[in-house]
Amino acid sequence: MALLRVTSPHAHGAQDTTQVMQSVLLATLPGVAVMTWFFGPGTLVNILFGSMVAVAMETVALALRRRPILRTLDDHSAVVTASLLCISLPPYSPWWLIVIGMGSAIWLAKHFYGGLGYNPFNPAMVGYVVLLISFPVQMTSWAPPRGTGAELPSFLEALRACFAPQTYDAVTMATALDVVKQNSGLTLEALWRESPQLGRWAGAGWEWVSLAFLAGGLWMLKKRLFTWHAPVGMLLSITLLSALFYDEGSSASKGSPLFHLLGGATLFGAFFIITDPVSSAVSNRGRLVYGALIGALVYIIRVAGNYPDAVAFAVLIMNFAAPFIDHYTQPRTYGHRVRPPT
Amino acid sequence: MSDTRYRDLSVNGLWKNNPALVQLLGLCPLLAVTGTVVNSLGLALATLLVLVCSNTAVSIIRNIVSDAVRLPAFVMIIASAVTCIELLMQAFTYELYQILGIFLPLITTNCVILGRADGYASKNPVAPALFDGVMMGLGFGVVLVMLGGMRELVGTGALFANMDLLFGPVAADWKVVFFDTSQPFLLAILPPGAFIFTGLLIALKNLIDRQLAKRRLALREQPVRGSKRVRVTGAVS
Repeated sequence: MALLRVTSPHAHGAQDTTQVMQSVLLATLPGVAVMTWFFGPGTLVNILFGSMVAVAMETVALALRRRPILRTLDDHSAVVTASLLCISLPPYSPWWLIVIGMGSAIWLAKHFYGGLGYNPFNPAMVGYVVLLISFPVQMTSWAPPRGTGAELPSFLEALRACFAPQTYDAVTMATALDVVKQNSGLTLEALWRESPQLGRWAGAGWEWVSLAFLAGGLWMLKKRLFTWHAPVGMLLSITLLSALFYDEGSSASKGSPLFHLLGGATLFGAFFIITDPVSSAVSNRGRLVYGALIGALVYIIRVAGNYPDAVAFAVLIMNFAAPFIDHYTQPRTYGHRVRPPT
Repeated sequence: MSDTRYRDLSVNGLWKNNPALVQLLGLCPLLAVTGTVVNSLGLALATLLVLVCSNTAVSIIRNIVSDAVRLPAFVMIIASAVTCIELLMQAFTYELYQILGIFLPLITTNCVILGRADGYASKNPVAPALFDGVMMGLGFGVVLVMLGGMRELVGTGALFANMDLLFGPVAADWKVVFFDTSQPFLLAILPPGAFIFTGLLIALKNLIDRQLAKRRLALREQPVRGSKRVRVTGAVS
């Protein structure tokens, strides 16, 4: 099954949906490995359990919609959605959180709109935002990373945290974005000296997780799973905005450009979330605009909003705007003159 | 007044032209106060009463009020009905009155009510106008209560909490707990939940409508008996 959501010329790529999805899964591996190294096996448990739930839910939805079950499951899209959502969830999340998130992602965001290729919103981000709005406490308790004094849980403890959350004493720590957001009174230099979880640039563990996702993303870019436009647009606008408003680290500062690039979900979002071909803008120029606006929204919401990170909100808002961007960035058809937008 | 006319009115109000699911009127209270069954039921009853009163009154004066001033007159009637209901609720269900707050006086601006007054009651005799008010009010109220039930169930895991606000101390223990949650499912209780659940209800109604249409079509398409000769001349439809 090949999904063509591009403008003409309709040249067929060599890769079908299954291969694309498998490549995305492969590309998440370095990031997941680094996350497991820094935060313990919680993310692995999330992904394993989440994928099973997602496949089960996809099967139910396909059966209800009388679609070919095995052939559609074979495109791996449910597993990709599950993995992206589970990577975004805090490690050691309870099972019901994952189930509700998968239900929102697979049923509400994907199959209610007609299945893969028809969803106006990125399913993983819908699942994430539903959870973030509904359960802010669970969604903002991140485990402390390796090297900040706390002991990492074992695989058995991770399973217990997931399936018997009442018997598990979670240890949590504010994330780097949170620390900088809550800061008032300390210069950034003093803040960095005081809080071990800030790491070297953008959070202990976080900076390496981000770089690992960047590596996976660059590999996907080299395999031409997506064009460079959306990620570059997003990273550029974040860099520009954060450089413009950076004041060398006073107490009111919201972090350096490097902090915003490597912190939180910036790189993960830039290469794994906003490159979703279904819910993003279609043309190259459109994707550049789409990415740049997402980057601007991410910075604005991070600095001025209530939540520490903003990638999911920014992506959903721009998913709304993608058809609008498409309308104004329609490429010129070969042999025709530029048509003024109507 | 024939029976079929009353049947049409009921079908229109409850299903075919349902104010909440088809006309999408009165979305403001629909989205704002349907967090629990008791809130929805309170607002549904208030809207129903206002709708019946205003439809009846508008129908009575329909031949006296000139066309030019009809809308201000209707709004005055509706506003007085709303004021009466508001005072009644303030007297008998004070806590619910406080919870519903601004959305009680806002019934005046509910498009369902003015729509029915201008669209139906001002052109029809008293009896059908009253009946139309009852049916439209019921159609609106049923959706409101269903929405409240869904949101309360998903959000808090229980149904019929605090029903004593509306029915007095008899209803104090009507609360049914389906599952225990330490954490309420905030999305269902917050306004976005109302949008999502309204969307689901509309989808459900359209689904049922489509199934009904399919069944009707299947009934009509009986195999043709007798000659199978194909007609080759004349108009082909």
